[in-house]
Amino acid sequence: MKAAPVAEGSLVAAGVSATPRRRAPRLDELLPRWATFAPALLLMLGLGVLPLVNLLYTSFHTVSWSGGHATFTPVGFAHYASLPFDTLLRAGLGNTVIFAVFAVAGQMVLGFALALMCSRVTRGRMFYRALFILPILVPGIVIGAIWKLMLNFDFGLINQLVELLGFEGRNWLGDKETALASVIVVDIWHWTPFCFLLLLAGLESLPQDPYEAAKIDGASWWQELRYITLPLMAPAILVTFAFRLVIAFKVFDEVYLLTAGGPGTATEVVSFTLYQRFFTEDRAGYGAAMAITIMFICALLLVMALSVRRRSEPA
Amino acid sequence: MKRLSHRLGLYAALAAMGFVVLVPIVWVVTAGFRTQISLLTGELLFTPVLANFTEVLFSKTSDFLVNYRNSLIVGLASTLLCLTAATLAAWSLHRLRWPGWVLHVFLGWALVFHMMPPVALASAWYVMAREVGLDNSFAGLILAHAVLNLPMALWLMGVFVREVPIELEEAARIDGASTLVLLRRIILPMIAPGLAATAILTFVFSWNEFAVALTLTMKQTATVPVAIAKFAQDYEIRYTQMAAAAALSILPALVLLLIGQRFIVRGLTQGAIK
Repeated sequence: MKAAPVAEGSLVAAGVSATPRRRAPRLDELLPRWATFAPALLLMLGLGVLPLVNLLYTSFHTVSWSGGHATFTPVGFAHYASLPFDTLLRAGLGNTVIFAVFAVAGQMVLGFALALMCSRVTRGRMFYRALFILPILVPGIVIGAIWKLMLNFDFGLINQLVELLGFEGRNWLGDKETALASVIVVDIWHWTPFCFLLLLAGLESLPQDPYEAAKIDGASWWQELRYITLPLMAPAILVTFAFRLVIAFKVFDEVYLLTAGGPGTATEVVSFTLYQRFFTEDRAGYGAAMAITIMFICALLLVMALSVRRRSEPA
Repeated sequence: MKRLSHRLGLYAALAAMGFVVLVPIVWVVTAGFRTQISLLTGELLFTPVLANFTEVLFSKTSDFLVNYRNSLIVGLASTLLCLTAATLAAWSLHRLRWPGWVLHVFLGWALVFHMMPPVALASAWYVMAREVGLDNSFAGLILAHAVLNLPMALWLMGVFVREVPIELEEAARIDGASTLVLLRRIILPMIAPGLAATAILTFVFSWNEFAVALTLTMKQTATVPVAIAKFAQDYEIRYTQMAAAAALSILPALVLLLIGQRFIVRGLTQGAIK
């Protein structure tokens, strides 16, 4: 990353002016250091670490509230042991994986195709960028509300369009067969513009020389894509894909309004399962065990995503 | 000739995409100006009415204005808190010769934290907030939103802080500037655009946040997303009012987008992969 100050290799620099790396810092150095770091550190320790420790503790207990006071009854690993038999959680995990894979794949393919097309468009850039950022800035819950209306059986725009094309309208969100697919389509609508912007930024930062060489050699459009663009873009694509996947795993807001996990368990996703068990049923202990497990899965996914990044960026 | 048709194709694709992005939003905003009957019959031309908006904003049964105020309070306070902490820490970590492991552990943990599902974090905060009596208070939600956005703010401010030429800082030091003077006179003016980008994003994400707000608030402290979710569930058939509420809730993001578009693009694309 950062070139060391003595990297130039000058003996003079090393001998005279460079500060030795390992020297005990003085007080007037330590004070500003800690003073500037402390707010963030305290915030993260107090609200990022402590609650998780507390959650871990809770997960080994059954909690009952009475008058603002909690009674913790230790149960050992009982909550964790019963997790694998939770049918709702199983459905949630399965659906979340399907949701994440298809939604992110759809966003990436569409986003990349559009980025390829638009990488040479120079006019109106500000305008379409503003336009494509819009969905990212709309609250997830409002996305849910918008599409709940759009997909409404009686008057929704989607059914109007479908009927205009001569097909029969469907109850998209109320039908077991189309509910999850509808939620995936909504997510693709929500995040494709974002993938597009990221991949476009990647495309625009590619070196131009290989393309000029290819042009001289008379390469076709397809060859250019296959042998230059794709290999050069592969790291960016992989990294974006991996990280979007982890983020898609968090889906909650849209599902909450669109289908609330239904019909049946057709659109049950892990975050929603957790919400139901923890808050709706008020089972803090069991919910905590589930939360810890879900976090663990997310951390595993993240480690995988990071190893993708490391492998795709050889020092 | 081929170039021209090629170019036209590009613009057509862009326009189609823009159309797909825009239609649902425009459709909902217009639905907010319709009467229920007009929406149900699906007529294309309609005389716009303001009834839905006045109903959502000023009716006795609606708390929307209160929710709006709550969202503003939480958004502004958490943004201020988050940005102060993140900017100072980013500068500290990148410029004050911390041992390498401190930087890596802290930023690494921030990444892990950022990837956690908000509902899981909400459950953790809920247990704590209830134990110390901070549930149903602004303080709990403000702190939660501040720490939720802290990782993103840390990376973004890290990028912007590192863009300040180190020679400038050294020169100021040699001239005898204290840390406070250095921060105020040199760093702050240099990172102001980056700070604006991060502030806009932090505010918008706090404004949009639902899962944590849902679990840490009650009726008096509910934010806009919580109110919309409640509205959609309680009055499932008041479609046009739901549309009006949705339109009103996008307003701040829209205004910020118009003001700070350039900043937002930069912030979003830089913060995404880092």
